Amino acid sequence: MAVRLEKDGASGYALTTLESLIAWGRKYSLYPFTFATACCGIEVMGAFGTHYDLSRFGAEVVRFSPRQADVLLVAGTINYKMAPVLKRIYDQMLEPKWVISMGACACTGGFYNNYTVLQGIDKIIPVDVYIPGCPPNPEGIIDAVVRIQKIIETGAPRAADRWPIK
Amino acid sequence: MSVVLDRLRERFPADVVSTHSDFGDDTALVRRERVVEILAFLRDDPELLFDFAMDLTGVDYLGEEPRFEVVYHLYSLEKKRRVRIKVRLHEDDPVIDTAVPVWPGINWYEREAWDMYGIVFRGHPNLKRILMYEAFEGHPLRKDYPKAKRQPTIGPEE
Amino acid sequence: MAEPVDITTKGGTPDLQAEPMLINIGPSHPATHATLRFQAKLDGETILDLVPEFGYLHRGFEKESEASTWTQVVPYTDRLNYVSPLMNNVGYAMAVEKLCGIEITERCKYVRVIISELSRIIDHMVCVGTNMVDLGALTNFWYFWKPREEVYFLIEELCGQRLTTSYTRIGGAMADLPEGWTDRVLAVCRGVIPECIADVNALLTKNRIFIERTMGVGPITAKDAIALGFTGPCLRAAGVPLDLRKDEPYLVYDRFDFDVPVGEAGDTCDRYMVRMEEMRQSLRIIEQAIAKLPGGPINIDDPRFILPEKAQVYGNIEALMNHFKFIMEGVKVPAGEVYSATEAANGELGFYIVSRGGGGPYKIKVRPPCFPLFQGIPHLVKGQMIADLIATLGSVNIIAGELDR
Repeated sequence: MAVRLEKDGASGYALTTLESLIAWGRKYSLYPFTFATACCGIEVMGAFGTHYDLSRFGAEVVRFSPRQADVLLVAGTINYKMAPVLKRIYDQMLEPKWVISMGACACTGGFYNNYTVLQGIDKIIPVDVYIPGCPPNPEGIIDAVVRIQKIIETGAPRAADRWPIK
Repeated sequence: MSVVLDRLRERFPADVVSTHSDFGDDTALVRRERVVEILAFLRDDPELLFDFAMDLTGVDYLGEEPRFEVVYHLYSLEKKRRVRIKVRLHEDDPVIDTAVPVWPGINWYEREAWDMYGIVFRGHPNLKRILMYEAFEGHPLRKDYPKAKRQPTIGPEE
Repeated sequence: MAEPVDITTKGGTPDLQAEPMLINIGPSHPATHATLRFQAKLDGETILDLVPEFGYLHRGFEKESEASTWTQVVPYTDRLNYVSPLMNNVGYAMAVEKLCGIEITERCKYVRVIISELSRIIDHMVCVGTNMVDLGALTNFWYFWKPREEVYFLIEELCGQRLTTSYTRIGGAMADLPEGWTDRVLAVCRGVIPECIADVNALLTKNRIFIERTMGVGPITAKDAIALGFTGPCLRAAGVPLDLRKDEPYLVYDRFDFDVPVGEAGDTCDRYMVRMEEMRQSLRIIEQAIAKLPGGPINIDDPRFILPEKAQVYGNIEALMNHFKFIMEGVKVPAGEVYSATEAANGELGFYIVSRGGGGPYKIKVRPPCFPLFQGIPHLVKGQMIADLIATLGSVNIIAGELDR
């Protein structure tokens, strides 16, 4: 965050840009929408649990309505029956939004290569951070949240900006 | 010999095609015409009392004729016994009577067999797809359905 | 002062139209454990009719297993009931061993009992924890997650993975127990787990709010439960004492002294009580199993099923060829069909395996314990309110991985 501290009298003041201030507020108060379908959902619950506490990083308020959420955390296999539901949830989320694809099944379909499994959610929605693993450790989820925070902090372009389908 | 298979053969001598007890499982292959009667007999007969319908599934023996097989697994709470009933169906006529009047719990198992194999259960109250989405064409667990053949799915606008 | 408005029309019949409302609950809903969907016909809050729908996690377990070797199916079985994966591994390995006609070693049987009971405990913890979250009692969820993490550390030590374990093999297991593992299991089973069960018990069992929300909610009679095909804690809560560990003992369950809790009314409160008591009984079984655990090898000594030792594989050509054939073509299992059932945490988990000889299965059908339970949900909640549906759904413990396969 671009901050410059100035000394002026007893307390001084800090100079920063508006974008930096907003990014600082946004990154430490992410509201995740956990779209947990399968086994990765149990590790998500573990990440929010007391041992691998995710609320240390600000992302503790889990919102079950897409209108109120920032980050879409897709955890688990998405099949063709669920894919329209996922797309609709993504469309209902308000800008700006980020997507984390957790686990091998959400990233590429995992080891299910058959008539029913979507081979990766990036076929239908833009993904910012991929977490490999089957299932990934809760520490992997923490790593992904920190990366999203870095994307927000640096103002890097989101995956949605590169997404070809509007 | 097994009590269950003896009683079954005694009561329905013309319908039981063959029996075996390989690996400790009593199995009877029966004809499809009176299958509901056979299942009801297995449930109600005081020696047998098979009150649980544990499983129903279809099997596709591609290359053999008759091609499909419907397999029922039953369990008796009181007698603590199991039995497996199998019925073979031809490829061009995979129709069998529904067992829902005998055990209401077998309803969804029959829907799954329809969805996955295309076996029609005559008289079923609601024979619709259960695991795949409605617009899916074909029956995926048949041996001639390629594993990785994907079909377009509907989008959220439709 | 304004006159009060009369909403009834002059004539007697009220102006307010009351017709049943059709709403959709799910599939992306926090209380439906993501992937279950209900179409409910409601009169106000009362449920007149309910149509459940699933299949949102159908991953093609059967089709994948038809294209794999016998050992390659084991990772697919982990992901069936993913809150107690070791039990699925054990169930599958037992079914294939029944087909091969082999008898595993004593040590392996005891180890399988220990891991099954640990899995049962963690499964019940997830069920009760998430059920309570749906009712608003979030603390129990956090309380239950602490012993779950402790058990996950033990499982990670045992097979390298927390959740998708793939521990058993045909004829034995992936590896023997690590040094001192049983002492650590005992420490957890005597320390964290009973404390946590006692904490949650103190918070819930005599709690007025909990009793009001769960007693009389989602009841079922024994006769209906049997007709619908229920098994497991839901059936035992309805008063039917069916438990495969006692009625058709497998592995070495007949050598242990434990009780099977049976309820009366079959409602949500009874299901909760049965699960809590089953956790305590599982702790008893683990204590006895560890005390009696014999030494010896964990795998059987049969070159047809077990991979040869690494020293041999690098040393002589027969072992190398054996190893190669196992990995590329799979273990050769005789032709035939078999149905093998174990008492999983949710009920009877059955594997119906059809083999045509060869290295891979011809067909594997999994009989999921949640399938008839989910089918019976409309029967449990008809006439009750939506909030009761949520309470009942949580107590029935539907795991979508198993339901949809």
